[in-house]
Formats: sequence, C-alpha cells, structure tokens
Amino acid sequence: MAVDLNNPGNILTTRLRQAVNWGRKYSLWPIPYGTACCAIEFMASVSSYHDLSRYGAELVRFSPRQADLMIVAGTISYKQAPILKTIYAQMCEPKWVISMGVCACTGGFYKNYGTLQGIDRVIPVDVYVAGCPPTPENLFHGLIQLQEKIDREGLVSSDERHRLSAANGTVTGSGRPTSPGMGT
Amino acid sequence: MSERLVQALRQEMGDAILSSGSHCGDHTVKVDKSRLGDVLAHLKNQEGCALLGDVIGVDHPEREQRFEVVYYVRSVDRPEQVWVSVDVEEGEAVPSAAGLWKSADWHEREVYDLFGVPFSDHPDLRRILTHHQFEGHALRKDYPIEQGQELSEPEKLLSDHDIAQAAHRASLELNPEGLGDEVHPSDFLTVNLGPSHPAMHGCLRAECLIDGETIVESRPEIGYLHRCFEKEAEDHTWAQIMPYTDRLNYCSPMLNNVIYAMSVEKMMGVEVTERCQVIRVLVSELSRIIDHLVCVGTNLVDMGALTMYWYTFNVREAMYQIIENLCGSRLTTNYARIGGLSHDLYPGFEEEVRAKLAMLDESITEVVKLAARNRIFLDRSLGVGAISKEDALSHGFTGPALRATGVEYDARKLHPHMGYEDYDFDIPTGEAGDTHARIMCRLAEMVQSKRLIEQALDKLPEGPINVDDARVILPPKEKVYSSIEGVMNQFKLIYEGLQVPAGRAYGFGEGANGELGFYNISDGTGRPYRMKVRPPCFPIFGAFSDLVRGGMISDAIAALGSLNIIAGELDR
Repeated sequence: MAVDLNNPGNILTTRLRQAVNWGRKYSLWPIPYGTACCAIEFMASVSSYHDLSRYGAELVRFSPRQADLMIVAGTISYKQAPILKTIYAQMCEPKWVISMGVCACTGGFYKNYGTLQGIDRVIPVDVYVAGCPPTPENLFHGLIQLQEKIDREGLVSSDERHRLSAANGTVTGSGRPTSPGMGT
Repeated sequence: MSERLVQALRQEMGDAILSSGSHCGDHTVKVDKSRLGDVLAHLKNQEGCALLGDVIGVDHPEREQRFEVVYYVRSVDRPEQVWVSVDVEEGEAVPSAAGLWKSADWHEREVYDLFGVPFSDHPDLRRILTHHQFEGHALRKDYPIEQGQELSEPEKLLSDHDIAQAAHRASLELNPEGLGDEVHPSDFLTVNLGPSHPAMHGCLRAECLIDGETIVESRPEIGYLHRCFEKEAEDHTWAQIMPYTDRLNYCSPMLNNVIYAMSVEKMMGVEVTERCQVIRVLVSELSRIIDHLVCVGTNLVDMGALTMYWYTFNVREAMYQIIENLCGSRLTTNYARIGGLSHDLYPGFEEEVRAKLAMLDESITEVVKLAARNRIFLDRSLGVGAISKEDALSHGFTGPALRATGVEYDARKLHPHMGYEDYDFDIPTGEAGDTHARIMCRLAEMVQSKRLIEQALDKLPEGPINVDDARVILPPKEKVYSSIEGVMNQFKLIYEGLQVPAGRAYGFGEGANGELGFYNISDGTGRPYRMKVRPPCFPIFGAFSDLVRGGMISDAIAALGSLNIIAGELDR
C-alpha cells in the first residue's frame, strides 16, 4: 500500500488483491472440526492464556456456512470421512484448511483398519501442523504460515487454487492422489 | 474374595459349570452355553452382582470352538467379581444377556461387530464401532490390521419402522382408546445431533426424532473415533502400548498410563516402590482434577455460562504446566512405566503444586458462587437427564455418574490400589442422579482429590522410583555401554519386549469417569494375545437414549456434557 502525497484527501492506493487479502488474513473465522485429543489443545489455544484472538482468528463459528477456515483437529476415521467431506463442501469460498496434528495429516501412529491415512485423501489441505498433539504455539505458527500464504494468493476460488497448486506444485496442498469413491 | 462367588456357583449351579480357573486372583468360570442365562441371572439376583462390567470376545483360530465370549460381572458393595465364559463355534449364537442388564446391549454389539459372534434374542444386533459397509470382523486374528475400508455415506439410524412405532406410541398417549386424531409419522422431524456438532463433545452422533423441540426418540451411534486400540495392542509389545493409552481418555492421560502399568504389573507380579506409588497417586489425582475441570467448564458453556469456562480453563492451564514440567508434554504424557515411572519429580514440584492447588480453590469457589444459586443453571440442570439408581446399575454406570445417583462405588475404596487405603478421603455422592447432581459430584470430587494430593505431598518418601527388576526396567546406560549383561538386558527388553507370563488378568482402577480396566490375555510371546479395555464412558453413553427421551434438545446437550463422554475412550 502507498500514500498518495499529491492528493490532499489522504487516499491510500493499493492493489485490490492486496487489500482483500489483508482483510482476509486478519479476520479468519475458524470452524473447529475437533474429533480427538487435538480438539482439547484447540480449546486451550482459544482460552485466555494462549488466546487465539491475538491473530485475528478468535471468532470460532460452529456453522460451516459462517466459517472460512477449517481446523481439522484430531483423528479422522473411515466412518467420519464422508462427514468431513460434507462439512467442507458446505463452507463458502474462499476457504482454507489447517490439518492440526499428525493424525489428521497422515494418520499418525494409527496405521490401521479404522483410521484414514491423512485428511488430504478427502479434502485439500493448506497447512499441515505436526505434533501429537501440537502445542498451542505450534498451532499459532501454522496459522501465521496460513496468513502468509493468503497474502500471496490471487483472488481465485480455493478449487482453482488447489487445481493450480496441484499442477505446478508450488503451494502446500494435496499432493497425494485422492482415493476412488472419496475424490474431492 | 471372588472365590466365594465361584464356590456359590459350584454349589448352586454345579451342573452348568464346565471348568473354572484363576490367575493372579481373578476367577474365570467356563459354563455350558445353554445355561449361561441361568448362571448370569443367579449371579445378579442371588449373589448381588449388580453390574455387568464388560463383555469380552476372544478369538482362538486354532480351536474347533473358535470364539470365547467372557462376561465380567461384579458387585458394587463388596469387592467381588467373576468372569463367566462360554465357547462357541463360527456362526453359533450366544444367548443375549440384554434382558438382565441393559448394558449388555452395546457390549454384545461390540463383540458381534469385531468378532462376528451372533447373539440370540438381542434387541438390536448391528455393528457399533466399524461402519455399516465394513466387511469382515476386525479383531479376528486373520483380519489384517492395515486393511482399511472406505465408507461412501453415513448410515441412517432411525428406520421408518422406528418412526411409525414412535408415532403409534404418541397417538396412544393422546387417545388411549384409539379415537380421534392420530399422530402421523410425518408430524415428526428427524435431526442429527453430531457427529460434528460442537456440543456433542468430539464426535458422538445421535439421530433424534423430534416433535417441536421435544425428543421423542433417539438413537446414538458411536465409532467415529475408533482408532483400533485393541488391534494395535496385539501388534505392539507391552511397553510400546503405553503411548496409545495416553489417547484413550485424553483429558486424563496420567490415569490411563498408571492403570495400564498396574494391570501389567499384576500379571508379572511386580511390586512398585513406595515413592513410585505416592507419585502415581499424585499424578492420578492431578489428572482427575484436570478432567473434571474440563468436563464442568465445557458443560457449563453448553448451558450458556461462558465465564465459568474461562475460570476452569485458567486453572487447568496452570495444572498443565506442572504436567509439562514433569514429562515434557501437555497432553500425551506417556509418564508411567511398567515397574515405575519415566522420570522422577522435578525440583520445586511440591511448591508449584501447592501454589496451583490454591488457585484451584479460588476457581471452584468462583464457579460455585456463580452457579449454585443461578436461576438459569438450576432450571437447566435440576431434574434434567435424571436416572434412577437401579437403571444406572443396569446400564453399567460407574464413577461420578453412578455416584450422583447415590451408589457409593469407587474402586479406590472398594479395591484399594496404589495405597489408597492409607489416605483419608471421602466419596461424594448425590441423590437425584440428574445433571445437577453429576456436576456437584465432580466439583466435590475435585476437593477430595486436592486433599489426596496434599496428603501425598506430606508423605512423599525418598528412594528409587523404579523397581530393581531386570525383567521390566531398562538397565542404566553406564551398564549398557560397559558390560555384556547390560547390553543383552537392554537388547532383550527392547527387541523381545517384556515377557509377561501366559495367563489372563484384569487390572483396574478408578479413572476420572469411572472404573477403567484392562483385561489382558498373554500367551507369553512378548505381545498381548488380546487386550480389552473397559472404558467407563461406553456403557454410560449407552444410556443416552433413555436419559433424553421426552426432554428438550437443549436438555440433551446439558445432560450429555455432564456425563463427560470422551470419544477416545468410548470408541478406542
């Protein structure tokens, strides 16, 4: 952004993309898709000691239609997967996903018949946060990374973003093939 | 103690008993399948075994009668318990115990789901932990652990028949003679509570049939967080299972660690040191406080009291700092070891704990001040989700949910473990068995846990934390690097795992939600042959439908919060 000195009306000139992204990244409305232990740490992140609101993302929404950031906190089982997919589809554009904890990222140490081996087999992911469970600081780090990522984005829908990222491999996202019957 | 039960059974029903045996003090009675119902009824009605603790399936592929189904029954007034087992072939049905105990419904469904053993006269024999499109039975020895199966769409729980039945009941209620307007099935609306609803505490689901805001009928569904703990246990050595136990009840992982370690020590005949016992009591009670804080805090949020959430979570955060200092992790502690602990206490532990207990006092006082006479809180909790003593026992309740109905069963008193007999503490009980009583019980239990912690701090003895036993504890590093015995000891323990002698035993204790137990079967190979967790939540959530029938949707949420269902432990 720049201040136009020749214009006495204190007008800021900027690019539309920059202004919109600036607004988007500091006013994320998360929907917690909490299923397991990570959800407990997510609660700690929201409560007063750690305080997620310092990053402009405190307005936790429990309706997918009001949220633009899904934080998948916890293990997703095969039984849960279709529901996760539905909830993601119910969110409006633009939307982002943080995969919180190793279970959501890869299935973690649950390599077994019940556990989906990473949510990116069902929905696209923007930022992966490692840890079992990640500490609130870890989650904040992931959130800041997402903000940086949003800052670099163009004004395209997330479907488009993920199609582009899969094509040129520049943006973090789903690099793995989606499984049949569960494709996004 | 439990010999008495076996003797009584031998006297009264000797013809039904095929054999009996005991290992580590736990008695198993093998009975004739056709007499199973009689034996269980006798135990319940004549011998005072009011609680069906669990139903356990075991697979022995090499035997002709491949499956074993074990019923764990216990008394809640006397330290008596017995395991009744039957053998069945593939496809052969076991007579259901659902007529005797309501908790048998879900326990038997689990055996059916994971082993494929059918039950005759079962009210609702469906899969419970795996999804409805799952093929095969996951805990059979020939099912590969990594063979996942995808689900295309969630199951519909309430059938048209169920809805028609509910409409019929409602019509009869309006017009007992069957005259006048009938209630039509289309007058009701079916809504899903969960599995991603924030008030459903994780991933519980209940399909509810509602009339306005009143729940006419509901059907809960679980298994959305089935992480296959028991299958994983069969795939790991005894020591490797410890981190998995963290994630059972993830609000109080220390308790899971300690109780799991106890269950294995029982089978190996290991007596832990005095200092270790006291530290175990300390961390267990800290965990219990944290668990209750989370439960009460979130329960009150469900009723709209957000302030309480901040008060309880501030103390909880302070207590997490103790846990983090102690074991390096906030939630997944992995602190206990079979035969001891991973670390000793850190310098300054005692002062920190005492300071934070003072914070706890303040917070409990604040919460009680805000809630005790608050009109909204009282209206939303008194008489909501109430259950009678008899129903609670029939449903297999334990822990605060059972004590809120007035039954004084606490494993710490009835089966003293970790030296609980040397501490002075009370068991808070309620009367009404409703949401209010459950919350008050939890608040009172925190005060008792605080008393226990203070006593433990006062008596904390010096000495080693680990037993001096090369069978269970790794040798010190100096020995490993300087002697062949040390190297071999380390190598054997790591590669072959602890050698737990063959046999079966049940180790249990009082978890934050009730009786948490591990039923272990070892074949002496270094890995469990079968491990069955007795999660306190599982039977409690089985009563959800009965608790909320006829109430409002918002009451269901309040009642659910007070039951403290933790999905990690519920679904394992």
